[in-house]
Amino acid sequence: MNLISNSMRGPWTLFKKELLRFWRVSFQTVAAPVMTALLYLLVFSHVLESRVQVHGVNYTSFLIPGLIMMSVLQNAFANSSSSLIQSKVMGNIIFVLLTPISYLEFFLAFLASSIVRGLVVGLGIYLVAIIFIDLPMVHPWLILAFAVLGSALLGAFGIIAGIWADKFDQMAAFQNFIIMPLSFLSGVFYSIHSLPPFWQAVSQLNPFFYMIDGFRYGFLGVGDISPAISLSVVGASFFGLSLITLRMLKTGYKLRG
Amino acid sequence: MTPAIKIEQIHKHFGTLHALKGIDLTIEQGEFFALLGPNGAGKSTLINLLAGLLRPSSGKLSVMGFDVVQQYRQARHALGVVPQELVFDPFFNVREMLRFQAGYFGRGTENDPWIDEVIEALGLADKATTNMRRLSGGMKRRALIAQALAHKPPVLVLDEPTAGVDVELRQILWEFIKRLNREGHTIILTTHYLEEAETLCSRVAMMKQGEIVVLDSTANLLNHFPGKNLRLKLGSALPQSLSAMLRNEENGEYMLALSEVTQVEYVLAELRSANVVVEDMQLIEADLEDVFVELVGRK
Repeated sequence: MNLISNSMRGPWTLFKKELLRFWRVSFQTVAAPVMTALLYLLVFSHVLESRVQVHGVNYTSFLIPGLIMMSVLQNAFANSSSSLIQSKVMGNIIFVLLTPISYLEFFLAFLASSIVRGLVVGLGIYLVAIIFIDLPMVHPWLILAFAVLGSALLGAFGIIAGIWADKFDQMAAFQNFIIMPLSFLSGVFYSIHSLPPFWQAVSQLNPFFYMIDGFRYGFLGVGDISPAISLSVVGASFFGLSLITLRMLKTGYKLRG
Repeated sequence: MTPAIKIEQIHKHFGTLHALKGIDLTIEQGEFFALLGPNGAGKSTLINLLAGLLRPSSGKLSVMGFDVVQQYRQARHALGVVPQELVFDPFFNVREMLRFQAGYFGRGTENDPWIDEVIEALGLADKATTNMRRLSGGMKRRALIAQALAHKPPVLVLDEPTAGVDVELRQILWEFIKRLNREGHTIILTTHYLEEAETLCSRVAMMKQGEIVVLDSTANLLNHFPGKNLRLKLGSALPQSLSAMLRNEENGEYMLALSEVTQVEYVLAELRSANVVVEDMQLIEADLEDVFVELVGRK
């Protein structure tokens, strides 16, 4: 029995291909980010665990949700952006462009695969972390909502970057000068209440801050701001970025001349 | 019957470059059609427009009656394109790539026997589970053709499919493409090997600077071009009086273009009067290359 109708099989195949693409190199795309996150955890928790408490919880418990979400976001971005830039540079993007897959289906397939990769990496870090630390999970649905919405937002951002970049070094610039600073300065390692008022205000302009804080709220039940505000900001950002991405795909920007 | 391809007043601009200048072309179903022209003539641009990889500045294109812009899904279902460059996805093997390609067109496991058939016919059976990265250039070319056929399109466009391909593989490819044509597929070919177009294609369009300058059946083009070539191996240099007829010179052999066969007498008389010894001589029929040079060069 065919579970997928013929009309949906095109985008479904593209989604499956994107999943298989990152799974074929899972040592690099899943194991490596899990390892990196655990090294951060080891170093920071060792140094700060006995000295710092944030929102009344010990530092390691505060840090883990932030590290998980940072990896979720970075890997969701990496999935769509690296796939697109590789396909463009190697020229095999035409195999998809020649097909009847619409721009909306293209968007959904790349977005879904980015979400899956983000969630797989996040789950990997969580499963290893809870071997060592007893981590509460106060609002599981909030955790899932922020993980899915956050990875969708970064997946869309990755599509934009992948379409815009013509060379690998342009993509590296995107990663190193936008994604890395935004994720490191989002409150993964600290509460923004520990910052001077000016930097607190600046932090609130960073959409990564809302994703990290809302996700952490799901685990700990405490955060820098209300999860409803975070969810609204993340949802609105996703909506806005999706419109830009769909516009680029519809007009064929840098894909169809 | 609906034409396989219908192109009406297509213009394409890239900035200030007017790459296609009002192309009109109809290709009927079942034709084996050649699109010829020098580099930069606009052949690949026209193919990319048909495939939806480029958008026309103005004009209409349709594949099997489906507008490539308005009815792009149906048009793309009807078209298979073999790109000029050896592009491939390094993550997958041949069979996986073909299944994915068919899947993009909505075809599932029911299409697997056709994929097996294509793999077999193109001599890819022992490479079906080999990663695309590990294939030789010739095998990658075969895989590209297989990919274009994965969804069983009625119209197949091959953009320079035999560029850099050895003679044996070229023969295999052409036997397979001829078989597809016999089975009803419309084939559109661009090639720099004009003898291929002459042997295979029933109709030819020659492009130059974004325009179709010649459009006729291959037979008509050859019949209407009565010229012949005279290949000479001489004991000394070609006399000055014959230099106007010289087409090319290679390894001491001269190729002279004759507008009619009676010019042989004139050539021999000139050689005799210049005391040039003829070591070897061969009269050769004009081929599509001569027609191409004459018509495209002149226009």
